[in-house]
Amino acid sequence: PTIKLYKDFNICYILVDDDDEDEEDVERVSWSGEPVGSISWSVKETASSIRSGSEQSFPKIDTTPSLSKQGSGYSLSSLFKAKSKPGAFQSFSESFSDTSSRTYAPELRKPKSDGKDVVSDLSPEETVRRMQKGRAFSLEKFRSLQDKLLLLDEAVAVYDGNVITAVLIFLKKSLSKEILFRELMARDVALRHYVHYLKEMGEQKLLVELLKALGRTEDMALMHYKEHLNIKDESRRRDFLKSCLSLPFSQDDATHVQDHYTLLERQIIIEASDKKAVAEIFKKFPRKASILNMPIITTLYYSCFYHYGESEGTFSSPSNIRKTFRISEKQYILTALGARAKLKSWFDVDSLFNTKNWLGYTKKRSPIGFHRVVDILHKNSAPVQVLQEYVNLIDNPDLKLGGALKYKCHDIVINTYRDLKDRQQLIVYREKLERDSPEYRKIQELLNNVQIRWKN
Amino acid sequence: MHAISYSHVMQGFPNFFCQPNLREDKLQPRDFHILFVPRRSLLCEQRLKEKGVLNSFTNIDEYILDLIPYDGDLLSMESESSFRECYLENDQTSLYHAAKGLMTLQALYGTIPQIFGKGECARHVANMMLRMKREFAGSQTQILPVFDTLLLLDRNVDLLTPLATQLTYEGLIDEIFGITNGYVKLPPEKFAQKKQGEGGKELPTEPKKLQLNSAEELYAEIRDKNFNAVGAALSKKAKIISAAFEERHNAKTVGEIKQFVSQLPHMQAARSSLANHTSIAELIKDITTSEDFFDSLTVEQEFMTGVDTDKVSTYIEDCIAQKDPLIKILRLVCMQSVCNNGLKQKVLDYYKKEILQTYGYKHILTLKNLERVGLLKPQSTMRNNYPTIRKTLKLWMEDANEQNPNDISYVYSGYAPLSVRLTQVLARPGWRSIEEVLKMLPGPHFEERQQVPTGLHKKRQPGENRTILVFFLGGVTYAEIAALRFLSNMEDSGTEYIIAATKLINGTSWIKSLMDSPEENLP
Repeated sequence: PTIKLYKDFNICYILVDDDDEDEEDVERVSWSGEPVGSISWSVKETASSIRSGSEQSFPKIDTTPSLSKQGSGYSLSSLFKAKSKPGAFQSFSESFSDTSSRTYAPELRKPKSDGKDVVSDLSPEETVRRMQKGRAFSLEKFRSLQDKLLLLDEAVAVYDGNVITAVLIFLKKSLSKEILFRELMARDVALRHYVHYLKEMGEQKLLVELLKALGRTEDMALMHYKEHLNIKDESRRRDFLKSCLSLPFSQDDATHVQDHYTLLERQIIIEASDKKAVAEIFKKFPRKASILNMPIITTLYYSCFYHYGESEGTFSSPSNIRKTFRISEKQYILTALGARAKLKSWFDVDSLFNTKNWLGYTKKRSPIGFHRVVDILHKNSAPVQVLQEYVNLIDNPDLKLGGALKYKCHDIVINTYRDLKDRQQLIVYREKLERDSPEYRKIQELLNNVQIRWKN
Repeated sequence: MHAISYSHVMQGFPNFFCQPNLREDKLQPRDFHILFVPRRSLLCEQRLKEKGVLNSFTNIDEYILDLIPYDGDLLSMESESSFRECYLENDQTSLYHAAKGLMTLQALYGTIPQIFGKGECARHVANMMLRMKREFAGSQTQILPVFDTLLLLDRNVDLLTPLATQLTYEGLIDEIFGITNGYVKLPPEKFAQKKQGEGGKELPTEPKKLQLNSAEELYAEIRDKNFNAVGAALSKKAKIISAAFEERHNAKTVGEIKQFVSQLPHMQAARSSLANHTSIAELIKDITTSEDFFDSLTVEQEFMTGVDTDKVSTYIEDCIAQKDPLIKILRLVCMQSVCNNGLKQKVLDYYKKEILQTYGYKHILTLKNLERVGLLKPQSTMRNNYPTIRKTLKLWMEDANEQNPNDISYVYSGYAPLSVRLTQVLARPGWRSIEEVLKMLPGPHFEERQQVPTGLHKKRQPGENRTILVFFLGGVTYAEIAALRFLSNMEDSGTEYIIAATKLINGTSWIKSLMDSPEENLP
């Protein structure tokens, strides 16, 4: 027997470790720690009902009825020996009357309602009290609508969620939907509990009807939409999303749901064709996962990776995706950059930034700072020549110098220090270079140039 | 005898049942019992009835666990869904259980004479307490009250604090690794035992599980310190322990040697504790010294001081572009929204679009939830009161001293948790001095008095502290706990704090509880 009993803050914790066949070795102790049957224990028990209060050892637990259970002295094993009564809850107090050890436990102060033998004769208040205490109760006797509502109101008044839910279940079974809805609308607390209950029980249909009756149409729409998460098969999910389109979403959400449907529809088409992996690129870079249910940006990346340059007419082309889902220029360039850099297509990267200015000249432009472009290129192991080109495009001089130093773009460093007329830095930097490398010689030349007016 | 208990049934509707083998064992007929923890659920019994097994159980009862002591001054209900239920679903059942827990507490430690509160839920709990007391009038406890005051605080009075990254040692452990039921699981590599004489040791694969509470001396010392002060504390401890071990050279007589040996177990425990926490501190340091952590913290502090809260943050944009974990993004945008009392429609729409496009459209559900609880919402016509609140309550302390703090703001290296500031002001000089600010915060504030039987009024000795029980309805962070402990330890503060909460939370677990379908893979 391995029952460990320990106390903390005057509350007993009991851990039961494993199978306990032999009950005889288990010491029966009361919640206050006294062995059941000992003199001191029975003295305490008597005292608790008389309430002399002179004991120093433990504060008397005698206020709330829920605690009175803890005040009785029964070990776990004696509880588990109680006989069951068919068809009713085995209530705690009823188990008392069956065990012989009750002979020396004094009567605990019993609430008045316990005097009544017939369970069915109880008022709403008394029924609710019994439900709170876990005693046997019967709701069937509340037949008339008025009685039922009284019961509900009483449950709400004591605010025990457990009891409110139980009463609601009863009302759900015994009242028509229309009447229940009508009555709940006037009872805010009960209504909230009911909504929560329906959510937990997954009663979608009823919940949607209720929300509709309440005029909470947006909630109803979102609730319905949420169900898509439970559909694993992509075609069924797509069809389900389609059915959601007509729901009364807010304008914003309606757009998102529309996009969600369109996206999944297209992903299914792309997936079907790409799975066959015919094109060269799929052989070189086999797909690691399916595109189904991926977010739009991920889909765009995939498209930039495997379907770059396709005409806008196909669902799989980046330009089609960009247009259909109204992806910002920034997002598009960032995503395309990542994909093309991964494939080391430096030429494609270059084209991303080419724009023609109003005179017709091509110049480089980026909605994201070029320092970030450089970072991404570096992450994809771009060669120094490529990096250098973009470092050169960085506007901010500090960032530019920083980038040049970080990525060892020697020419840019040298030119920058030259322009800053910073001789000291050039000397320092020269030491980092290989002797006789072109860059080393370049610095030497600069240093020897008498026409430059160095600042240091 | 079998004891079967459900853990975490809650108001919960378990669609799984732990399936004890109900196959009839003819040789040994077994009794099956149910013990609901923390309380019985009529709904569960209903389900069992539906499945036709209710009558197979010999006994059905509950073992009520309302408030669980986590440490000498900390109680928690560990009700994960309490915040969501109260503030999102408008189901305040967990408050009922909080009230019941408080009644139990009063039964053990005496009626609390004074109840203060701020927030709708606080009002609710107080009402229930008063009503429960009335119902059992006549059964007065004869116990000298231990608590002088109860302070009930709604979590939504201070939505900002849980969003910020905690900077105390314990707070960081929770943020990075997650503390569950007083335990933390850590990557095992740093804890590999270096056994003497063994060459190639195989690396342990099981995470290292450590128990964290104040019974461990070193932990009690460093847990509430700002992380930047932990290094110094650890090296100081290391010197003390070294010196203690060196004492063996001074032990000459048998008696002295004997004494030294008797101290060994304690010294070895101290040394092992030091080793563990040095390893943990190293793990944390790897993260706190990273560029990303620094950048993130900078943005948090900018928001908290009101800088650029009205435009799209490029840092957040970049994080979304890099597909950083969604919860990190959500914490930051919510923080910006809270500090700005709602975001400009354009800014909000932009963030939403970026989030949905990068992480998936299904997250419209989560975004809706965040809006409902007030964490991420559009700007209303009401002016932003946050700067006024921040100034009046001195929430931002420029010169917060991390090593030798003189103010609670050390727990966030500059930001004083609003909830704890309110508590601090309540104790001294009292809430009357901040009436205007209190009105700016959601929910009513109130004071109630409960009758204490004559003769039991506490006569406080000079120099004796008041004991205040602070109950956070919706969750509390370790940083707030540290801040309250700091207040208790302040010289001549005159007050000692005991902390209770519906749940111990951090920003991540808190936001997660508001997400719909977190099981789906979060990028």
